[in-house]
Amino acid sequence: MNVAVLQFPGSNCDQDAFQIFVSGLQLPTRYVWHKDKALGEADLVVIPGGFSYGDYLRCGAIARFSPVMGAVQEFAARGGLVLAICNGFQIACEAGLLPGALIRNSSLEFRCITCELRVEDSTDSFCSSTLGATIRVPIAHGEGNYRIDDAGLARLQTNHQILLTYVQNPNGSTAGIAGIRNERGNIFGMMPHPERAFERFHPSRDGLAAARAVLAAKFPEFRAKSSAPAIPVSISG
Amino acid sequence: MKINVFVTPKKNVLDPQGAAVGHALESLGFSRLKSTRIGKLIELEVEAQDSPEFRTRLDKVCRDLLSNPIIEDFRYEIASR
Repeated sequence: MNVAVLQFPGSNCDQDAFQIFVSGLQLPTRYVWHKDKALGEADLVVIPGGFSYGDYLRCGAIARFSPVMGAVQEFAARGGLVLAICNGFQIACEAGLLPGALIRNSSLEFRCITCELRVEDSTDSFCSSTLGATIRVPIAHGEGNYRIDDAGLARLQTNHQILLTYVQNPNGSTAGIAGIRNERGNIFGMMPHPERAFERFHPSRDGLAAARAVLAAKFPEFRAKSSAPAIPVSISG
Repeated sequence: MKINVFVTPKKNVLDPQGAAVGHALESLGFSRLKSTRIGKLIELEVEAQDSPEFRTRLDKVCRDLLSNPIIEDFRYEIASR
């Protein structure tokens, strides 16, 4: 079980993403540079948050064409598990890995708050019975306003592809959508940052269960157990 | 050859930036404003001849990179010298 965290120029949540998998879930994790054309051994690819390529043109638009994304496309097409967070979600949408697009928050403000998120029943593991009816996870974005046309929204709803919705919509997203998966169920994208919700000093520890629920889509050993997860040992700064 | 590519938010897509600038215009007394939409102008200079093949390639980069067809429209003007 290997985790690969992509790094683009301007990624800034790559180290947090690394930490949740290393110290939160004790998984072998390494970085993959955007110029690499291969992912190496990977069972989960994480596209982290940040401002890849300065968010020039549109957020995620340039990262989509970086060399490593060819390998991610192949990996995803083979059914590989992808978790795309914040700017990663924007990149995944630009790359066509997930439907829809993200535009400027309707408030025009950069929102950096801990959000209460409604857990939608999407997969056997990503559902309210394992995660609870709501979770609290931080968001930090200026362009998290999820847009999709009516037909696309209907498809998301019919196929149970919506993972999370905001209890109080902070950005104007269509149907309050905070996170979705693809139809096949191997690509997960969300604006909230689970990697900022697992250490004891974080505003919540719900990110760990969310990360587990994503892993469990392909690896049943991550299915939530009835007991609470062990308190992770903090090794960061 | 000089090409101006105009990228604009689709008519049915929210343009929060345009709305905010519209409010500012109104507060400056620029009244009877019906709508404000903000897009981008991308200026390209290309050493190539205009041809149907070239237009096909230009359309492709406009669709794939310069605009996101889910939320934006594009059009371009090719300057005749």
